[in-house]
Amino acid sequence: MTEEPVLRVTGLRREFGGVVAVDGVDFEIPRGGSLAIVGESGSGKSTVANMVVGLCAPTAGTITACGRDRSRPARSAKERRLRGREVQIVFQDPYASLDPRHCAEQTLDEVLRLHRADDGKQQRQARVAELGDLVGLDARQMRARPRALSGGQRQRIAIARALAAEPEVIILDESVAALDVLVQAQVLNLLADIRERTGVSYLLISHDLGVVRQITDETVVMRRGRIIERGPTADVLAHPRQPYTQVLRDSVPHAGWKPTRALRALTEGAQPS
Amino acid sequence: MTVPVLEVDRLVVDVLVEGEPRTVLHEVSLSLGEGEALGLVGESGSGKSMTARAVARLLPPGARTSGTIRYGGHDVRTLKGGALRDYRGDVALVFQDPRAHVNPVRRIGDFMTEALRTLHGVDKHTAAKRAAAALADVGIADGERRLEQYPHELSGGLLQRVVIATMLLTEPKLLLADEPTTALDVTTQAEVMAILDELRQERGMALLFITHDLDLAGAVCDRTAVMYAGQIVETRESAKLHEDPLHPYTAALVTARPAVDRAVDRLAAIPGRSVSAFEAPDGCPFAPRCPHAVDACHQERPPAEYVDGGLVRCIRADELRGRLAEEVAFHD
Ligand SMILES: Nc1ncnc2c1ncn2[C@@H]1O[C@H](COP(=O)(O)OP(=O)(O)OP(=O)(O)O)[C@@H](O)[C@H]1O
Ligand SMILES: Nc1ncnc2c1ncn2[C@@H]1O[C@H](COP(=O)(O)OP(=O)(O)OP(=O)(O)O)[C@@H](O)[C@H]1O
Ligand code: SF4
Ligand SMILES: [Mg+2]
Ligand SMILES: [Mg+2]
Repeated sequence: MTEEPVLRVTGLRREFGGVVAVDGVDFEIPRGGSLAIVGESGSGKSTVANMVVGLCAPTAGTITACGRDRSRPARSAKERRLRGREVQIVFQDPYASLDPRHCAEQTLDEVLRLHRADDGKQQRQARVAELGDLVGLDARQMRARPRALSGGQRQRIAIARALAAEPEVIILDESVAALDVLVQAQVLNLLADIRERTGVSYLLISHDLGVVRQITDETVVMRRGRIIERGPTADVLAHPRQPYTQVLRDSVPHAGWKPTRALRALTEGAQPS
Repeated sequence: MTVPVLEVDRLVVDVLVEGEPRTVLHEVSLSLGEGEALGLVGESGSGKSMTARAVARLLPPGARTSGTIRYGGHDVRTLKGGALRDYRGDVALVFQDPRAHVNPVRRIGDFMTEALRTLHGVDKHTAAKRAAAALADVGIADGERRLEQYPHELSGGLLQRVVIATMLLTEPKLLLADEPTTALDVTTQAEVMAILDELRQERGMALLFITHDLDLAGAVCDRTAVMYAGQIVETRESAKLHEDPLHPYTAALVTARPAVDRAVDRLAAIPGRSVSAFEAPDGCPFAPRCPHAVDACHQERPPAEYVDGGLVRCIRADELRGRLAEEVAFHD
């Protein structure tokens, strides 16, 4: 018998007014797995993420995390708390999602109060320190306001906050996109370490195929709300089958790469076969 | 190289940070010939935008400069009146966010033709025709319809092409492009880059291309300058930066990037973060993070030296040369 996936979505659909943003999306993530969603701007990636985390309700379809249905909005505070222990999200811009008045310690303590209500102050303090260590923030940085920290440091706080609830799945929606390359490399290593140590699963949304290759096992490619291609990340990137995926791959700058106008024109014409 | 269009020599810029003058650029030197493209690559705060702003005479109030910025035989820093207006007519800027350029309540057509009508005295009808033709140049076919639209009706990629088309209407001799594709999709980025590259070649326009992506710079720039903490630490032929970097920071930039064609156990991530010039310690500003630092590195700021047709600021550049090439080769 195969193990129940940690996250499963089936027939997921979302309309905004008359516009279909997400159209019949199915995927699952095995426990401890890591799945990437790639695709052009507006293809529906963030809408999928927002539905999974519960920021936006599906028009149709089901979402199951850790064997529990979460397709409809949570009805009670208790249900919301339970769901928070299943899925957390880290956005691109940690600045916008962190309270400017709170230092990392306060931010983390707040999450712990909610999710580990039985813990005493000392246990919480110990856990805050542990989380700080896990994401590589020192004591001074843990006590600084977000304004006084660099983008990479703020993103570490956002990751620590997501981890504080001890979720089974962390959604990373362009979470490393705004970071400098050297800091991005640090955060990518950190994400790999955390997954190895805690067994957490990732749902990564990224425009950066190098990042996708580095930290995911499986990839789905979205275009106009639908999944047009899927498979192991290494295969999808090395042997893309859909013309659109090929164009996406060929658009990534690398040593010796020359940009061409034709690429974009191809994507306009490239229909899923 | 042809006659330099732009020559920046030992430019130092101090700006007011919390009311105090702080150095953000330290002895930046670069030159750009007609039709040539130079990449300016570095992490956040390294001074890329400040360099472009100094060249464009758009430094924040209270800024002080020394050194020279030579354009057409004059020091740009001291241009006034008509000469400054002429200079501004020769130089165009494109920023990361196209929406920062445009007035959201005015039509695309009004935005595109404003400079032509007010500065160059072109009549409305002719200006509109030229605007539509410029849109065609950047791959926007239904230009006449676009001129009637408002900015919010266009995607980011389309609007960035509109901004580029607008810049080109006044036939600039020097284009300063500050991360013009950072906000775009990779496929759109490829197209915008191709457009910039074609226009530069066809019109002999000089291009200063700012990005944090070494590969992207290499795709359109003959040479690339790498910045760290307000100074240029290496300027080379773009291709050489990947194969045979002379500065440890350049090598770090190359090896930290995850590749599309393979995953590695761990990325080569050096600790710390990039700093601004005024936050950097004495000596080599990269020393606290440099895996090759020795005691001498902390003593004085390494001078710029010519090596292999390029410029580098590292006291160990000669002796490290083969090792850095190995580091980046291992990465490939
Ligand atoms: N709250 C909303 N109201 C109306 N339309 C929306 C809303 N959120 C998203 N959309 C639309 O749904 C579609 C998918 O958007 P989504 O943000 O999911 O794309 P994305 O793949 O995440 O794009 P990007 O790569 O630019 O982040 C787009 O057409 C978008 O305009
Ligand atoms: N208006 C300003 N007033 C004072 N200091 C500024 C101003 N703009 C930028 N700086 C400072 O000048 C230094 C160089 O900034 P600059 O904007 O040139 O960096 P950059 O290399 O373009 O970085 P990024 O990749 O983040 O755009 C930084 O320390 C920055 O904080
Ligand atoms: S001068 Fe020293 S610290 Fe600076 S880059 Fe060279 S080896 Fe590293
Ligand atoms: Mg999105
Ligand atoms: Mg900048």
